[in-house]
Amino acid sequence: MFDDLPLFPEAASSVARDVDQLYWFLIAVTGAATMLVIVLLITFAIKYRRTPDNEVPDHEPENKYLEYAWIVIPFIVFMVIYVWGAQLYFRMNRPPDDALEVWATGKRWMWKFQHIGGQQEINELHVPLGRPVKLIMASEDVIHSFYAPAMRVKRDVLPSRYTTLWFEPIKAGRYHLFCAEYCGTEHSKMIGSVIVLPEPEYQAWLAGGTAASPLEEGERLYTALACNTCHAAEGPSARGPSLNGLFGTEVRLRSGQNVIADENYLRESILNPGAKIVAGYDAIMPSFQGQVDEQQLIYLLTYIKSLGVTGGAAGQPEAGSTLARPESGAAVAGPAARAAATQAPDTEGRP
Amino acid sequence: MTTAVLDPNHPLESPRKNYLNREYGVLSWLLTRDHKRIAILYIVSITLMFFVGGLFAVLMRLELLTPQGDLMTSDTYNKMFTLHGVVMIFFFLIPGIPAVLGNFLLPIQIGAKDLAFPRLNLLSWYLFMIGAIGTFVVVMLGGLDTGWTFYTPYSTQYSNTHVTLVTLGAFITGFSSILTGLNFMVTVHRMRAPGLTWFRMPLFIWALYGTSIIQILATPVLAIALLLLAAERVLRVGIFDPSIGGDPVLYQHLFWFYSHPAVYIMILPAMGVVSEVIAAFSRKRVFGYTFVAYSSLGIALLGFLVWAHHMFVAGISVYSALIFSFLSMFVAVPSAIKVFNWTFTLYKGSVSFQTPMLYALGFIGLFAIGGVTGLFLAALGLDIHVHDTYFIVAHFHYVMVGGVVMAYFAGIHFWWPKITGRMYPEWWGRLAALIVFLGFNLAFFPQFLLGYLGMPRRYHVYVPEFQVLNVMSSAGASVLGVGYLLPLVYFIWSLKFGPKAGPNPWGAVGLEWTIASPPPTENFHETPAVRWEAYDYNAFEEAQRDRAGTP
Repeated sequence: MFDDLPLFPEAASSVARDVDQLYWFLIAVTGAATMLVIVLLITFAIKYRRTPDNEVPDHEPENKYLEYAWIVIPFIVFMVIYVWGAQLYFRMNRPPDDALEVWATGKRWMWKFQHIGGQQEINELHVPLGRPVKLIMASEDVIHSFYAPAMRVKRDVLPSRYTTLWFEPIKAGRYHLFCAEYCGTEHSKMIGSVIVLPEPEYQAWLAGGTAASPLEEGERLYTALACNTCHAAEGPSARGPSLNGLFGTEVRLRSGQNVIADENYLRESILNPGAKIVAGYDAIMPSFQGQVDEQQLIYLLTYIKSLGVTGGAAGQPEAGSTLARPESGAAVAGPAARAAATQAPDTEGRP
Repeated sequence: MTTAVLDPNHPLESPRKNYLNREYGVLSWLLTRDHKRIAILYIVSITLMFFVGGLFAVLMRLELLTPQGDLMTSDTYNKMFTLHGVVMIFFFLIPGIPAVLGNFLLPIQIGAKDLAFPRLNLLSWYLFMIGAIGTFVVVMLGGLDTGWTFYTPYSTQYSNTHVTLVTLGAFITGFSSILTGLNFMVTVHRMRAPGLTWFRMPLFIWALYGTSIIQILATPVLAIALLLLAAERVLRVGIFDPSIGGDPVLYQHLFWFYSHPAVYIMILPAMGVVSEVIAAFSRKRVFGYTFVAYSSLGIALLGFLVWAHHMFVAGISVYSALIFSFLSMFVAVPSAIKVFNWTFTLYKGSVSFQTPMLYALGFIGLFAIGGVTGLFLAALGLDIHVHDTYFIVAHFHYVMVGGVVMAYFAGIHFWWPKITGRMYPEWWGRLAALIVFLGFNLAFFPQFLLGYLGMPRRYHVYVPEFQVLNVMSSAGASVLGVGYLLPLVYFIWSLKFGPKAGPNPWGAVGLEWTIASPPPTENFHETPAVRWEAYDYNAFEEAQRDRAGTP
């Protein structure tokens, strides 16, 4: 039982080594400073211990230069640490444009993953080796936190909006996945694995999945919820703004603000439509809060993100980022006949 | 040459009547307005809370001996860490040093007969007790499982435990803290003895003053946050829960706007105690006195501007994270100033190693480790990995236990002769200090390693590869427990059997050492005049000789 005592975590992502480097730098610098203090303390304590000769020592004047030195020098060191840490944080918060998108949902006490090609998994996340992966995450209940120590990434998963996180696995294997934000009784059992597979094995794993495409599910829902009566899939309509080619563009609001139509904007506009009204339209859309669950939101957003993308040539700017996998992109052209056949209405929970 | 003033066996006899034996009976304690007696009320209640909170910790460490959950259910474990946090933070660490040592010493150290508002002071204790008793009632009713942070929407919608009662308890206790801060601040402004200018004040007073600023300005925000939480839980007003239109991250902003400065409510008075003890056992003015004094105010003010560093992975904007990381680096500077100045106070001093000094030296080492690991957490890219892991558990225990509790023990040993008129057994004191130091490091250093390995905090069961480090931590915790029980025994023993202490057993400088041990109810028979700079041994001795010469 006591034969293995790991002292350092595995480094399995492209940023892991950089995080570790900063860690070692901090250990070296702060270790040296702490040792300096301890050595000085011990030296002074022994050298100036109380003897009959120094019952009351002489008054020692203050030394302003020494004071300034230990204000300025630590500050400079802190600033080096700050800049280093900030650069790393920036990198960790900017997913590459070609990242493979996976939707993640936290729920007491499990992790659900929805791949763009339709595969769903619970408490296991399969990702390809050497390709950046971006998780778009939300929670169905309380706050959770996605934490993969080997990747050195962590991000809270909120019930109010999407948060994202990305990493690029550089080492195949099975790694821990933890929930890092306390979420109730089984918090410590809300764990799973991130499984990094070399590309061929990953493709084989993908082929094994049999769920319906989220795009087709999204299109079905879009019609079922009658979104299309106001937001016609093609062209403008009188009552609501067109969603064609909307994703990633700038939207002008009635308040005069401009916002980027990202996942959080779409989410908010579905659940709380009154929050951001597009210029030129009235606030007539009802809220869908409580009518669509997290899984259905993923379907709807996947569909809305695809609108207008495949209309023209392959050179559409958003095409690469939203639809990483060509086969799912192809499905946009027309609803495939198998969509209705494969997938009964959502199996996870009722709206 | 040693003078009579610094002689521990100084034959100046204690007067027959003092604050302890002037009146007898329970009511004379429960209705007292004497700041010294109120301090005793706090010592008793806070010691009780400390050991109750410690008991929860013992049960947790027992459970964590094995990776499986075999001692208690997950629900019970979750209640253990929640109650450990609530009891230790709201009912021991926050009131601890100010309410016990501050209450006893602040008026004496500035030459006053009492605090500015003695009745308010007693009210503070009753408010504290209402909150404390409320928490005990909750324990009897079945506990609380939200974590001491009460994060929404878990606390408002999902938890089936007694959230409302506990938040009300913390709300009421908050007023105790606000009133104590107010009382201290007014007293320092209005009641200093003639000659005691701001820059002649002991550094403990500076630290308490900085603490009061935080108590008065930050605690109301906690009160607001807890009221809103209760409103959402009871009345279903949508404030934090997104399913009824709220924003869960808003709660974290409100909560940490108080709870980060609250860290300084705990550590600033501890720093003040250490300044006093280091000066007394080096027989020297604290090196860089003015810098240390200003750094207390600097910490108090900067401490308000760093709260969102608790939220670097909570989905806040990258740019606000950059600002909060920068300010968090900044707040580390005044702490560094203090550490270096304490160290250099020993230089060319007359250093002796009684128990209070051992705790103070231990404090400097452990606080240094706790402080520099804070830099790891303030560095954005690194925080992502160690956030919400055992790394942060280790970090704040180095600051809170290695720092605040060590300083509290230093202070209690240092002023025990003044408070009780009796000496504690020195040999046992030193032994306990050593045990606490070793036990503490064994308990919490492995947690840094666990954290970087990736073990999340608040985990009832964990993956098997973390076991060895957890066993080490539990072993250290039991050693630490022994170290904490020893003083409880010998302090009680010393009340009856300890040798009688003279007015100034350490040969220290300060107004509290010019009066009898234990002090008379009115502290000073006549208002003292301060003619010496802070910690100026020669001038202080001369003043005492003069006073003794003119009866």
